[in-house]
Amino acid sequence: MSDFTSNFWPIFITTISLLGIFGCALLLWLTSKIKITSTNADNTSGHVWDEDLREMNNPLPRWWVWMFTITIFFALFYLAAYPGLGSYAGKFGWTQANQYEKEMADANKALEPLYSKFAAMPTEELASNKEAKAIGERLFMNNCAQCHGSDAKGSRGFPNLTDNDWIHGGSPAKIQETITGGRIGMMPPMAAVVGNAEDVKNVANYVLSLSGSMHDSGRAGLGKEKFVACAACHGPEGKGNQDIGAPNLSDNIWLHGAGEAAIIKRINEGKTNQMPAQGAKFTPAQIHVLAAYVWGLSNN
Amino acid sequence: MQDQNIESSTYNDAVIRQFSIMAVVWGVVGMLVGVIIAAQLVWPELNLGLPWTSFGRLRPLHTNAVIFAFGGCTLFATSYYVVQRTCQVKLFCGKLASFTFWGWQLVILAAAISLPLGYTQGKEYAELEWPIDLLIAVVWVSYAVVFFGTIARRKVKHIYVANWFFGAFILTVALLHIVNSAAIPASFMKSYSAYAGVQDAMVQWWYGHNAVGFFLTAGFLGIMYYFVPKQAGRPVYSYSLSVVHFWALIFTYMWAGPHHLHYTALPDWTQSLGMAFSLILLAPSWGGMINGIMTMSGAWHKLRTDPILRFMIVSLSFYGMSTFEGPMMAIKTVNSLSHYTDWTVGHVHSGALGWVGLVSMGALYYMVPRLFGQKQMHSMKAIELHFWLATIGIVLYISALWISGVMEGLMWRAINTDGTLTYTFVESVKAKHPYYIIRLLGGLLYLSGMTIMLWNVIKTATSGKAATATIPAVAAHA
Repeated sequence: MSDFTSNFWPIFITTISLLGIFGCALLLWLTSKIKITSTNADNTSGHVWDEDLREMNNPLPRWWVWMFTITIFFALFYLAAYPGLGSYAGKFGWTQANQYEKEMADANKALEPLYSKFAAMPTEELASNKEAKAIGERLFMNNCAQCHGSDAKGSRGFPNLTDNDWIHGGSPAKIQETITGGRIGMMPPMAAVVGNAEDVKNVANYVLSLSGSMHDSGRAGLGKEKFVACAACHGPEGKGNQDIGAPNLSDNIWLHGAGEAAIIKRINEGKTNQMPAQGAKFTPAQIHVLAAYVWGLSNN
Repeated sequence: MQDQNIESSTYNDAVIRQFSIMAVVWGVVGMLVGVIIAAQLVWPELNLGLPWTSFGRLRPLHTNAVIFAFGGCTLFATSYYVVQRTCQVKLFCGKLASFTFWGWQLVILAAAISLPLGYTQGKEYAELEWPIDLLIAVVWVSYAVVFFGTIARRKVKHIYVANWFFGAFILTVALLHIVNSAAIPASFMKSYSAYAGVQDAMVQWWYGHNAVGFFLTAGFLGIMYYFVPKQAGRPVYSYSLSVVHFWALIFTYMWAGPHHLHYTALPDWTQSLGMAFSLILLAPSWGGMINGIMTMSGAWHKLRTDPILRFMIVSLSFYGMSTFEGPMMAIKTVNSLSHYTDWTVGHVHSGALGWVGLVSMGALYYMVPRLFGQKQMHSMKAIELHFWLATIGIVLYISALWISGVMEGLMWRAINTDGTLTYTFVESVKAKHPYYIIRLLGGLLYLSGMTIMLWNVIKTATSGKAATATIPAVAAHA
């Protein structure tokens, strides 16, 4: 895609860029040519400000003129070699996108033998392969630890990857799918479906009762029938549904906070949570190694 | 303009006294905030767990306070001082000059309140929200009227070189501020930039780099061109050098912004132009340093006894050093290592603490006793001490960040044979810890010097009284 909206702009850019550079050269040349003949014995211009401020007629230092000239020539050569003057691509045909793609292709080619060995191994085997595990850990630390933590135990809003409690499924294939395409978890606000504020509070207590957490059993009993609205996704027993990413509510693991208040907030406001797709950052073989590492965290 | 009454035969120094005192006060405040956030980088708990004292809100407070409050007040004070004395005429429209003082203090106050509260446009060095931006624009236009009005009424035919730089600084900052701050207000204290995507980034760094080029360079070169020859008692080294480097500097700076966006979504051609012009910028920048330092020829011995002159000369050395470092860092190959690291922060501070800070202090030490009818500052020993504290502080600060910057740049790009990164990001953060302590120490030394200056200025001001300076007769040749 062109960087310019019309043919006028590249010409405009080229013209003012070259005029600017040649203008600097011209300014330098003209000023260094001017011979100032001072009529004053002290080599000053004769102008006086504020009683004693004067300026001398010393010529431009030669080394400085040379330095200026060299930078001007460098700029001209650089703009001939690299893209700079409007849509002119430069003699070397370099672009930062090309450079990146070439470096990536070279690196992936060099790594091909290493990863093709891993690609042939099943996840279960890879998870106990020392070399693959070390690579997987390094990939994890640089790409996953920012959210899931260096110990992979996550934090509020970022799932724990070591507890074998999977929102979208913990099979090697599912983990690869999650890493490659990312995930969007979406729970709509449910308050209106559940009923009034009292109903919401009752349902929250029922939810707490599913995992044997501290709850008001009277309220939980009242909330049970209202839980139908939740069961559509979380299942009649609140055990969740990995196919649609609905968390298990009965295992006492709370991604967005434990306790009545946190649950009421979720029912009232819903929640959209996202893991970004990583597919573009890695080769499929790298994702295979990474997925094996993640799988191994809870299957060792 | 020939009336000979007292009113027009004296300079308007009242507004200069106000700006000078506030420059020192804001200097202490701004540097103190800098020391606090440097300490937060060493001990993150020092953010106290409060949103108002978190790094993200105090950092813009620090930059705004040192650049626009300390630097700004210094520029107002010195430019009003210089333009009157080199035009040998009273400041144009004293009431408006007084308005620029109170207006500018109001801007600073609004910044000091709104930034910790979290109001920001999210543009570096242009964080202040639109109502404050409007006030800045009004004050700045008034500043231009006062400055150019004074130039227009000058009694001396030739415009002194310092005024070229002050003039370029005032005009360009007006342009930069108005273009970059253009925004659509959504509510009181909330607005959205008038530009989108990479254009917004380019406008921001066109502004950002020229804020350095015009606010922190051209303006302070104006200071240098008056106070160095005055303090040294020597003529400016070369008139032709000032002509070439002035025009080349103000032209070339305008192009250099894209080097802040190397290897981003900015088109390749824009990046190349930014780099090429950044290299051309080296010689024009050094022109100012040469003209300042060579002005000393014949007066070098004064450096032994005159700490004020030492402030100025060391500041020019730092100016030369950071304007060499800048073009080097604009080279894409170097930039791919230095970008996003502490090296950039160190580079900025060698310019800010070394060049801008020291030349400001030198100029203020020159002006303050004269403004309060004293022969010299209350304590010359204290100036000496300030000089050494500041210089050692800068050296510690920038060498610590050079090391930590290059180190983290190398750590980020180190790759294992299996194609993974050798170090995680947090390992690079841990490795920087000792250098952050050294940086904090450097900052503390610099701040302590500034605190001594505040004491010295208060002593000088309170033991003297507001002096009235008479306009001398215009020299025959001029």
